[in-house]
Amino acid sequence: MKTSYWLMRFALALLLLGMFFGHLASESYRFTDATQGILPFHVLRPLHVSSAYFGIIIGGLACVSLALFEIFPNLKLSKWLKIHLLLWLISICGIFYSYFTKDFSGREYWEFNPIWALPIFLSFVIFLFFILKNLLTEKKWPSYYWMWFTGIVFFLFVFLENYLWIFPYFKNDLISDLTLQWKVNGSIVGAVNQLLYGFSLYMMTKISGNSEMAHKKIAFALYFLGLFNLMFNWGHHIYLVPTSRFIHHLSYIVSMTEWIIFIKIIIDWKKQLSESKKYYYFFPYRFIMASEYWVAINLFLALLLSIPAVNLFTHGTHITVAHAMGTTIGINMMIILAGAFYYIAPPLLNKLTRITLNTLFWLVQSLLFLFILVLVIMGVKKSIWQFSDSSITFSQHQDSLSFIIVVFIVLGALLFFSLAGILLFLMQQSFIKKSKS
Amino acid sequence: MPIVAKFYSFSPLKIFITLSVLFLLFSFSLYLKPHRNKELRNLSTQKQVSAGKEVWQRNNCHTCHQMYGLGGYLGPDLTNIMSKPGRTDAYIKGIITSGVKQMPAFQLSDKELTDLLFFLKAMNETGTANPTDYQININGTYTLKK
Ligand code: HEC
Repeated sequence: MKTSYWLMRFALALLLLGMFFGHLASESYRFTDATQGILPFHVLRPLHVSSAYFGIIIGGLACVSLALFEIFPNLKLSKWLKIHLLLWLISICGIFYSYFTKDFSGREYWEFNPIWALPIFLSFVIFLFFILKNLLTEKKWPSYYWMWFTGIVFFLFVFLENYLWIFPYFKNDLISDLTLQWKVNGSIVGAVNQLLYGFSLYMMTKISGNSEMAHKKIAFALYFLGLFNLMFNWGHHIYLVPTSRFIHHLSYIVSMTEWIIFIKIIIDWKKQLSESKKYYYFFPYRFIMASEYWVAINLFLALLLSIPAVNLFTHGTHITVAHAMGTTIGINMMIILAGAFYYIAPPLLNKLTRITLNTLFWLVQSLLFLFILVLVIMGVKKSIWQFSDSSITFSQHQDSLSFIIVVFIVLGALLFFSLAGILLFLMQQSFIKKSKS
Repeated sequence: MPIVAKFYSFSPLKIFITLSVLFLLFSFSLYLKPHRNKELRNLSTQKQVSAGKEVWQRNNCHTCHQMYGLGGYLGPDLTNIMSKPGRTDAYIKGIITSGVKQMPAFQLSDKELTDLLFFLKAMNETGTANPTDYQININGTYTLKK
């Protein structure tokens, strides 16, 4: 179990680093030449993305492994988690080494030398064995077991696909390769979401004490709808890419099935409102609730962006970034924080801590909302520029945004500080808990 | 009859396997695409285009620039840069080796620069990333303007 806590600490540290690099990178928007700043932007952006996203992946794995310790008192293969953690340590060190030495032989979001993908892949193989060995002792799986299993299996498959470009057969065909690249980026997010949504559902059953919830047909229906989308909806990233029309149409149709999820969320809203009053001061529940509100907001945005006619205007603008940041911070990070509070923080906090955390919680939610709003405004402005006459150059357009860019940097920094407060609190608690037990 | 009933009874495993098989078929149909792309195999500049793509990748140009709107946002989309007025080979090479605004000066060899230009030209020939070249259809899709 200790290993799982270390996995969680590692994830929290990476999330913190990710936001720090993100802040440094955001400052580049104000620079007038490349020599300003601590590190160049093309080093900072990979550092930011990799720290944040690996923080999310490792956080998800930590949550799932902690849940397994709770479910199975005689957990099998728990020693394997040590190897799992070790492999992560090796790969993350390797990735940072790659970036600091400017060895960018990978590609967007995975810029590190592909050699470091190997320990990541192995760590997932180990995790797959670990969860299967335990889950298979039960016959009737709740839907969250399925989600965890799916998350791991699909991550492994898609991660292999992520490196097909190494073969000239794929690399030489510019458009097919671009298509595969975005197939991977779309599905990998889906796989990680399966891990996290599964954990979120598990937490809900624990908190409400209603374990039937995860066995209901509706829970499975939603799981399969998610899986179906993971497999076939990634094409909405590449509506503009001249690949076969079939991919675009399939993705358009599949994406639209998510309206069902959206409508279900709206219908369930009222029930949740009374429930959320009941557990208001229980932080794990609060963060899960926050993640569900962000699901609604982001899903609505995603549904719009998946309509090609809308996508034509938003693609390649900061509206896409708004969606990405909204889901990674609003949904993924909130679920991880819920898990971290659940397993790390004591259920009864003293008044001062409670007030501080309460303030930080609301600060994070409102700053994130404003941050996303500013990104959408930047996106709308860029879209207008793209559709206007071409006499205004890219730099002139960027310069016209200078005020919004300052707001974007300041909001980002404030969001970083408030989230850092919560992360540091959890980090500190994780050590107190350990010395007591 | 009981067998039929059993097959149709709700089983997550069956649905999972069915979906996964469909997904694999879809994936493999995509893997065959480069094989069917005959035009590409006859391209005499293939080697240089690939080498140029590698230069693009190794120098992280995508952290600021986009291709078909995919990539970072600190610089302009470069899908069709080679067909823009005034963007001669010498001009592009000059920008890359001396830098502009937030873009650092990249110390690239002559060969790397030449390969990079092959890549940019090949990218330009794949299509257009300018949204104003497309028209919206009634069913929510869009197609290239005639
Ligand atoms: C740190 C961000 C950044 C990186 C990294 C970067 N660029 Fe740029 N690039 C810019 C900016 C900003 C401009 C200026 C756009 C303008 O002035 O309108 C630019 C302009 C250009 C132009 C001229 C565009 C035009 O419209 O004339 C070319 C060509 C170019 N970059 C190629 C590259 C290549 C090739 C690489 C990788 C070796 C690269 N850039 C890496 C930010 C970057």
